[in-house]
Amino acid sequence: MDLTSINPILLVASLMVAATPIILAAIGELVVEKSGVLNLGVEGMMITGAICGFAIAVESGSPMLGFVAAAAGGAVLSLLFGVLTQYFLSNQVATGLGLTLFGLGLSSLMGQGYIGIRPPATGKLEIPLLSDIPVLGPILFNHDIVVYFALALVVATWAVLKFTRAGLVLRAVGENHDAAHALGYKVVKVRLMAITFGGACAGLGGAYLSLVRVPQWTEGMTAGAGWIALAIVVFGAWRPFRVLLGAYLFGGVTVLQLNLQAAGVAIPVEYLSMSPYLITIAVLVIMSSGKAKAALNAPACLGKLFHASS
Amino acid sequence: MTDLLTLTGLTKAYPGVVANDDVSLSIKPGEVHALLGENGAGKSTLVKMIYGLVKPDAGQMQFRGQPFTPAEPRAARAAGVAMVFQHFSLFEALDVAENIALGMENPPKMRDLAAKITDVSNAYGLPLDPSRLVGDLSAGERQRVEIIRCLLQNPKLLIMDEPTSVLTPQEVEILFKTLEKLRSEGTSILYISHKLEEIRRLCDAATILRLGKNVATCNPRQETARAMAEMMVGEVLHVPERTPHRATEVALELRGLSINAPSAFGTSLKDVTVTLHRGEVLGIGGVAGNGQDELTAVLSGELPAAAGHVFFKDRDVGPLGPNARRQIGLLAAPEERLGHAAAPDMSLTENAALTGTIRKSLVNNGFLNWGLAQKFATDVIKDFDVRTPGAHTAARALSGGNLQKFVIGREILQRPEVLVVNQPTWGVDAAAAAAIRQALLDLAAEGAGIIVISQDLDELMEISDRFAALNEGRLTAPVPAVGLTVDQIGLMMGGAHDLEPANA
Repeated sequence: MDLTSINPILLVASLMVAATPIILAAIGELVVEKSGVLNLGVEGMMITGAICGFAIAVESGSPMLGFVAAAAGGAVLSLLFGVLTQYFLSNQVATGLGLTLFGLGLSSLMGQGYIGIRPPATGKLEIPLLSDIPVLGPILFNHDIVVYFALALVVATWAVLKFTRAGLVLRAVGENHDAAHALGYKVVKVRLMAITFGGACAGLGGAYLSLVRVPQWTEGMTAGAGWIALAIVVFGAWRPFRVLLGAYLFGGVTVLQLNLQAAGVAIPVEYLSMSPYLITIAVLVIMSSGKAKAALNAPACLGKLFHASS
Repeated sequence: MTDLLTLTGLTKAYPGVVANDDVSLSIKPGEVHALLGENGAGKSTLVKMIYGLVKPDAGQMQFRGQPFTPAEPRAARAAGVAMVFQHFSLFEALDVAENIALGMENPPKMRDLAAKITDVSNAYGLPLDPSRLVGDLSAGERQRVEIIRCLLQNPKLLIMDEPTSVLTPQEVEILFKTLEKLRSEGTSILYISHKLEEIRRLCDAATILRLGKNVATCNPRQETARAMAEMMVGEVLHVPERTPHRATEVALELRGLSINAPSAFGTSLKDVTVTLHRGEVLGIGGVAGNGQDELTAVLSGELPAAAGHVFFKDRDVGPLGPNARRQIGLLAAPEERLGHAAAPDMSLTENAALTGTIRKSLVNNGFLNWGLAQKFATDVIKDFDVRTPGAHTAARALSGGNLQKFVIGREILQRPEVLVVNQPTWGVDAAAAAAIRQALLDLAAEGAGIIVISQDLDELMEISDRFAALNEGRLTAPVPAVGLTVDQIGLMMGGAHDLEPANA
């Protein structure tokens, strides 16, 4: 065992990379849930985005085009969920679970010809001067553009939900859809837009896995990242910055346990592999327990069907 | 003077029912116009058409001399129509200012809006703190949020759907002052209610609907309340008969009961002490959300209490669950018939079996005796005149009044020694309400003790022997109901929560 082989600077830098797919998927799901819809298909949308992005990036040679395709793929799949739950009023839990299974199957079908190929590299955005600062440089200013995009998205989501009218309407729809309808807001339209946004974000998160983090295509490569994103949204009490914190925690423990494995710590690998999931959920549960305010932040209409019958 | 709003021959049909059939009415500027009718008479559908939520099948509307066909509430609001809903269209997790902004077309910046809310609310005597969460407000304060949301848009026509059903008498008084101030400023008000004395006091004209048709237009100041009630119902009303009780034997006793509310926005009960005698009807009034649901739950056993607080015939029943209490004769019919007192998608037989298994011995070695259950359900249907095709009908398919008769009848036929009912006639038509009240009085005459929790003060005055009020989880000492004045009741209910009259 050699703990000195773990470089703390590299560890924190790779933590940010490891957390990015979770941040993207979770912030999308946060918006969906704030509108009152529970989409359990995050895992399916992520992996669909992963293969869509991978395939397009390989075919076109452009990782950026790949990310765009991943967002589109995730959004299209989420629209399937949206149409089923918003127009045909199917049960959201069952439809979401179905979406995950469908996405896993669809992606492995689409990915048949892409196993073992390396995607084009996504360039790093080395910010001049700033990236030369010791310690902080490699940690904060030496990443690819998607890492910064994900962070900006968290801040933007927080600001839109808190300060803008669009955010207010979104929260209102999730809080009491009958009242929002009575005031003349288009509940179904707002929810469809939120679902599409959530799908696009999940798709981006998936593509980040297949194009940057791994980077290659293997079946089922999301390995539960979508479920962790869902858990982070709930235990992060639907607050964007808590979600960010949860994602960093998960990313951090993931990177740390990989390093520990490499260093040959005398803990069975199985325990190390499960630790990110266990620790993230345990910490978030403790953080959100015992506070009545956390329950208050939950959208009151989450998972309820809306039909403008009266 | 030309009319502000004219409706001509409005018709709206839903599958199986004509909600509005050729309804015409007109409202003058600065007039308070009452829309009267029983539940299901078509009042809500009519105002929804004016507010743009429902499109009429036939007929015309004219607003300020122009043809008026609002495609959505937004268009109606832009034209100058505002509406205060019966079930508030509010968002509990948002604050007052956010709630008001959601009801406006072009809300100003949040800081300016907060200042405006404070101004308008003071001008009309409805003080409100813009930054408070709506979930923490009382029912009266929530209504203020709705009213101020409307006033900020300077409406020409304000529609109010049953505004006083959640208010204390003092709060009603202040609401009326606000409405009179609005009328003096030239705003017309369409006032939906079935409280006839209020309408006689406040309104300049009244349109009465029955089964979707306009049956009369009258000047409420010149009619008696009874005459209007009979126009509304279309038949002569039956007033329940009561015999005063004399028994002194104690049936149920609460001693210093305190219990925390199970939900975040609930009300905790604080030191509730009261005695119920056999053969007595104890009426418990109070504005909604002051502990009624919690008290019902404690009495029914849904919310078990610690030992030493709830006594049934000198036996400590606090920790017992609902079935154990049913066994010994303490029964309850909660409010909210669809979902709490009855399972909406189950048949009447199944619903009868759900509470009747123990006292009606419907279970044999763990197997339900469906024959007996069906007979029990049929008995309830027959004895309480429940209008339904049969016991196999789903509870959801019954009208409010019929299902309520079934829910109350189901408990009464189990011969309770103490029966607790919450809102026994909420949303029930007048004839069914009279039948339910008579059944409760008959049960009391046979020696059962009855607790009626209700927000309908007229109902409580009609059937109670003694009256007590819940206010923020505390129960006042019960007083004899005969001779109680509205002012006394209002004070018992906690008076007007920090309200002041409109600045004239």
